[in-house]
Amino acid sequence: MAVFSEIVSHYNHWITIFLMVSGLYIVVARGNMVKKLVGLSLFQTSVYLLYLSPGKILGGTPPILDPNFAVYSNPLPHVLMLTAIVVGVATLALGLALVVRINEEYGTIEEDEIFPVKDDE
Amino acid sequence: MTLEQQLPALQVILPLFGALICALMRRGSLAWGIALGVSFAMPVISGVLLAEVLSNGPISYHLGGWAPPWGIEYRVDTLGAYLLMLISAIGALIMPYARASVAREISADKQAWFYTMYLLCLTGLLGIAITGDAFNIFVFLEVSSLSTYVLIAMGKDRRALLSAYQYLIMGTIGATFYVIGIGLLYSVTGTLNLVDLTARISEIGPSRPVLAALAFLEVGISLKLALFPLHVWLPNAYAYAPSVVTAFLAATATKVAVYLYLRFLFSVFGVSVVFKGLPVPEILLALSIAAMFGASLVAVFQDNIKRMLAYSSVAQIGYITLGIGLANKMGLTGGVVHLINHAMMKGALFMAIGAVVYRVGSARLEDFAGIGRRMPLTMAVFTLGGLSIIGTPGTVGFVSKWYLAVGALDKGWWWLMFLLVASSLVSVVYIGRVVEVIWFRPLLHTGTTVREVPLAMLVPMLLLATATIYFGIDTTLTAGIAGRAVDMLLAGLS
Repeated sequence: MAVFSEIVSHYNHWITIFLMVSGLYIVVARGNMVKKLVGLSLFQTSVYLLYLSPGKILGGTPPILDPNFAVYSNPLPHVLMLTAIVVGVATLALGLALVVRINEEYGTIEEDEIFPVKDDE
Repeated sequence: MTLEQQLPALQVILPLFGALICALMRRGSLAWGIALGVSFAMPVISGVLLAEVLSNGPISYHLGGWAPPWGIEYRVDTLGAYLLMLISAIGALIMPYARASVAREISADKQAWFYTMYLLCLTGLLGIAITGDAFNIFVFLEVSSLSTYVLIAMGKDRRALLSAYQYLIMGTIGATFYVIGIGLLYSVTGTLNLVDLTARISEIGPSRPVLAALAFLEVGISLKLALFPLHVWLPNAYAYAPSVVTAFLAATATKVAVYLYLRFLFSVFGVSVVFKGLPVPEILLALSIAAMFGASLVAVFQDNIKRMLAYSSVAQIGYITLGIGLANKMGLTGGVVHLINHAMMKGALFMAIGAVVYRVGSARLEDFAGIGRRMPLTMAVFTLGGLSIIGTPGTVGFVSKWYLAVGALDKGWWWLMFLLVASSLVSVVYIGRVVEVIWFRPLLHTGTTVREVPLAMLVPMLLLATATIYFGIDTTLTAGIAGRAVDMLLAGLS
């Protein structure tokens, strides 16, 4: 029972780990370049949860100085993740742009079909 | 505040604003002018910072006036200043070379964007070396990485797109591993400032989240570093990127990742955690030796010389990580000095190849036949760089290998010294193959168009080649500063 409550009380971490691993799995296992990027995006997104959930204190308020409140949640992880979201969006946009160009040049975005193509040096 | 006190911020802000202005330019030559100006200003700033650090100790700059550990701190110490000097010097040497080469390899409407991306990449690399904030490092890492992907994708060959995509996937996984590691550290310590982290981790000791963070950080940075077997993105990326980009990245990008490695293993986690009780040195030594031999052997069988040198880079990174794995004074000095030595010789080699691509339009081995008769100076640079890769006495390559060998002997590891020599012999084969073709084969391209490249391309190459000789004989500057940086890194070991 103690083990069970240990697992349940850390459910936020389990979700994080599940998202992280499934994202990474998609990147490795899929040959379609867009699907790979979806996996990559999922992997990056899981990190937001990793940062945000320990920042929340139960019963904590936003860090505004007020005599009525003494327990504050940490605002810094939110700010950090705002930056990470921007980075994630930029990466995804660049990745998709590259996939568009690859599709123009090769006529396909399946790795199985691209890698056998041998170009002359 | 005087201007001198603002130098750490200017080191990053100048290229950043330069990139912004370049993005507004339509003409490539104007953008080149701006990039040139910025690139020439960089070594001046890093030179002043290095001199200041060497005489007065670390510089701490508080961004926006917020005191650390709350605000972002820019912190320049011996190792950081050494790396800043390396990056900015290579940047300044590459820029005069870039104009003609870029004009040949990149279409006119994209040239301004090329210089924008180059300056952003420079910003990111310098930023990593100067900042003292773990999350700030991630941001700069992504600034440099994203611009690198674009730079690689600008290659003429359509495979450049594929290699950029592959690098994007691997690079992003690496950077995300890095953020996960930092996230774990932050949830344990509640700080992002590197100096503050160091103090708090030594209080906590090797608890499980700290060790997990160490594992994530190590794998993440190893991906950026192209440590064998995480190097698969590197050969294609270097082979199909524009020549200027290859020369710049080979000399700087992986070096910055090595710097992060040193920073985290030695300073943040501390030598006592990492090198006593954990199998980190053993893993590093095994992977380094695998890189030295595996990548060198693959290099022997490459027909594209850019690709061959890229594999050689993986092997050379093996030497650097070998020095880290040895973790004694001489070995680590060898690793750190090889950062700058490898930058010099690989910069010279890739510039020489870029010069041939400029004249011949190909980097295939058979197109190099007899080219030494038409481009004697360029090929002399190549030969010198090659000799340095092999580790001939009188070149910088020998200096690094000497320190590494002495480091191995200090540990009593005779076998490692023999492995060092043996791996050098493999590099004799792949360099010798090219040298034979360029000097002793009959000339393939008999047309008159194949002759020496313009002076602006030739001079930077010759300077780098001269430097490989000069610093191979007089090591007081390079190995001296590296030794001081190593003393700082190893301070916690004894």
